[in-house]
Amino acid sequence: MTTAVVVFPGSNCEHDVVYALESVGGSAELVWHRETDLSAFDSVVLPGGFAHGDYLRTGAIARFSPVMDEVARLAADGHPVLGICNGFQILCEAGLLPGVLLQNRDLTFICRPVHLRVESTASILTRSATVGEVLEIPLNSYEGNYTADDETLAASADQIMLRYCASDGTVADAHNPNGSSDHIAAIANRAGNVAGIMPHPERAIEDLLGSSDGRILLESFVASVGAVHA
Amino acid sequence: MTEPTKVTVVVRRRPSIADPQGATVTRALRDLGYTVDGVRIDKIITLTVDGAGDVTQQVTEMCERLLANPVMEDYEIRIGS
Repeated sequence: MTTAVVVFPGSNCEHDVVYALESVGGSAELVWHRETDLSAFDSVVLPGGFAHGDYLRTGAIARFSPVMDEVARLAADGHPVLGICNGFQILCEAGLLPGVLLQNRDLTFICRPVHLRVESTASILTRSATVGEVLEIPLNSYEGNYTADDETLAASADQIMLRYCASDGTVADAHNPNGSSDHIAAIANRAGNVAGIMPHPERAIEDLLGSSDGRILLESFVASVGAVHA
Repeated sequence: MTEPTKVTVVVRRRPSIADPQGATVTRALRDLGYTVDGVRIDKIITLTVDGAGDVTQQVTEMCERLLANPVMEDYEIRIGS
């Protein structure tokens, strides 16, 4: 089976995602956001970019794109659904993940490698990784500031998959690039089959790119395809 | 024909949610010598809707579904202004 990589007007990481998934043994195809039938696919990635110009709020309009009913169906059926950067924002707006992504704390567009500590392996994003492992992956966003109220954070504490950290794995405000609540860089739903990540694993898959640490996350995703997480 | 109705929707970030734009403008105003306790940047959306039916109910639904994100924002609807 094949992973659908959804292309919204304004997506710009879709080809990188297809290339990266194929480089870790997956199979992926681009799907236009107006598609209303994903029955040929058993998993979905919503890639980065600026879907619908980010108008109103990031992801606010994309969540009503026709394809999203099928994304919600795949999510409900336990299939792997991954949102990267703008895709993460869309999954939050769609209510498939808790919280929301706001402008970075310092109102700067951040484009640089960051360190991430693996906090849990109970998701399609991290199942092949090791808790405590530190990954170096590029962050590339203006609205990357993960925010949720205290009640939501308490309820989803064990759904945090990756936190921003120092190169030695220390989690502290000084190593939080964008002000994210609880230093969250990636979070999953309760079942672990829907995940959102703000940095770009597909941009860290070969040494030539400066890091291949993103591979373990995409390998996790590919290993999850076909296995239904009810 | 029903007269179209003008509606103004004000979308505000919840007080508990940080507003980095407001914080930056606060600092800038203080740099200019003003005494400012706090600034919040809100959004004003002006709509013209078909006046038939319950306009408040329609616009409330628009706010809940699209115009505001209830996770982080509150909204206020002003009809006819």
